[in-house]
Amino acid sequence: MTSDNHVDGNAMGGFLMDAFGREMTDARGGCASCGSEHVMAELVVYRSGPGDVLRCPSCTAVLMVATPLPSGPRIYFSSLRWLAPKERA
Amino acid sequence: MARAAVRGRLTWQVADLVDRIDETPQVRSLVLDVPDWPGHQPGQHVDVRLTADDGYQAERSYSIATPADDNRVTITVERIDDGEVSPYLVDELHVGDKLELRGPIGGYFVWQPGDGGPLFLAAGGSGLVPLMAMVRARIGGGGHVPVRLLVSSRSPDEAIYAGELGTIATDQAGVEVIQTFTRAQPPGWTGYRRRVDREMLAEVAWPATDRPRCYVCGPTGFVEAVANSLVELGHKPQDIRTERFGPTGG
Amino acid sequence: MGFISRGFRGRPKVEAEAGRVPPGQYVTRDFPVLSAGPTPNIPLDKWRFTVSGQVDKPLAWSWQELMALPAEDVTVDIHCVTKWTKLDTAWKGVSVDTLLKDVPTAAEFVMAHSYGGYTTNLPLEDVTGGKAWVAYAFGGEPLEPEHGGPARLLVPHLYFWKSAKWVSGLELRDEDEPGFWEGYGYNNYGDPWREQRYAGD
Repeated sequence: MTSDNHVDGNAMGGFLMDAFGREMTDARGGCASCGSEHVMAELVVYRSGPGDVLRCPSCTAVLMVATPLPSGPRIYFSSLRWLAPKERA
Repeated sequence: MARAAVRGRLTWQVADLVDRIDETPQVRSLVLDVPDWPGHQPGQHVDVRLTADDGYQAERSYSIATPADDNRVTITVERIDDGEVSPYLVDELHVGDKLELRGPIGGYFVWQPGDGGPLFLAAGGSGLVPLMAMVRARIGGGGHVPVRLLVSSRSPDEAIYAGELGTIATDQAGVEVIQTFTRAQPPGWTGYRRRVDREMLAEVAWPATDRPRCYVCGPTGFVEAVANSLVELGHKPQDIRTERFGPTGG
Repeated sequence: MGFISRGFRGRPKVEAEAGRVPPGQYVTRDFPVLSAGPTPNIPLDKWRFTVSGQVDKPLAWSWQELMALPAEDVTVDIHCVTKWTKLDTAWKGVSVDTLLKDVPTAAEFVMAHSYGGYTTNLPLEDVTGGKAWVAYAFGGEPLEPEHGGPARLLVPHLYFWKSAKWVSGLELRDEDEPGFWEGYGYNNYGDPWREQRYAGD
């Protein structure tokens, strides 16, 4: 990608911890669009205002969209096929 | 209990500012005392939240600059012109004031001495902050992992922790610091004077055959250029961990 | 209320006349750059704008053909759902009425499509009757890629997510279907004056 107006999943760490109740930046996930696997920290994140769009680093498919609704933050799942939090000691 | 520990990390806490350290004309470190701090790993960050009296809130994330030390958490903040939060943190917050934060956050962009090495760290501008926590952990009794830290700054005035890094470079066997100044150099400078590129990384980073653990942090463009170059030099993508701070010049 | 940060003032207050600022909005002089994806790079010789869907025959314009159409200078206020409002923004573009002039249709809805895959849906009557443009200049200068250039849809009477950046065409439809943000919790219509931000508002 030539533009640099994105960050990565590290920036979503607090939000993901809120949503899932545990550390998630080192959780692995699978893309339904291209089949690749990535840790959440390496997702390509567009903090776009209405919401944060988390895209696959391999194929740019939208994996999740985090929207700050009045009722509370919500994660919409799009092309994220599976998610596996990291085991902790 | 593990659940209570996570709840603690998710809950907003009020910290006291106990010290301020001027790092550069634009950068200040804030030393915070956080009453129920559970400790943290080098590389983790905190979310900071400001609330105006009309209820308006703004949140930002800041990397922790120091290894775990009881209730002490130090963040290093760069003042962004026209920023909403950083001018307040750098200019307005005084010792004795309070700051809301939560954390620590992060499970991937972390390194502890027990994780091994050798370690290659590449910092663009304020991307140095979380890497400095790793360096400080290594030096403060963290074993003998060989470390090379490459720091890209625009000018000597903008080089964060310059004094401390100079001392480390001289005194610490096994920790090397390489600086490049991309816009203005000190008088008599014989070191690098350009942006980090593949050729520089080939000279400075551990060879790929050493299987170093690489951490790259800074503006998005810097991080992606460096990570791509490391892969071109033969480093495995899974050995490279990255943290992007956003567009350059923000 | 809980904790207050001593001395934190938030955003600087910019004054505006009564009645100009929709409920819940604040006036800014900035023009924040926000996108859902990477900025597409569209060479002008490859750029096309198409009208498709419920039409007898799809139409397409090249960049030269768009430039040859009568254009308008419009000054409008724009309102983002994230609460910023920018007053008196100056644009130049081709009215959607001009593009749909010779397109008989019974369709009631459009889906705007963008290079890069973004979509947003609107009633056809909200992009006609002088309410919408395909805009290619802002503030007297060619529209920059980060703000949607070479051309974006401009529909100022609705929240600005409806003004699709990098617009590539309008698909006319009999049935309404949610576009990108409409499918991720935002209002299907988006009238700032009725504060229709979220689904269910």
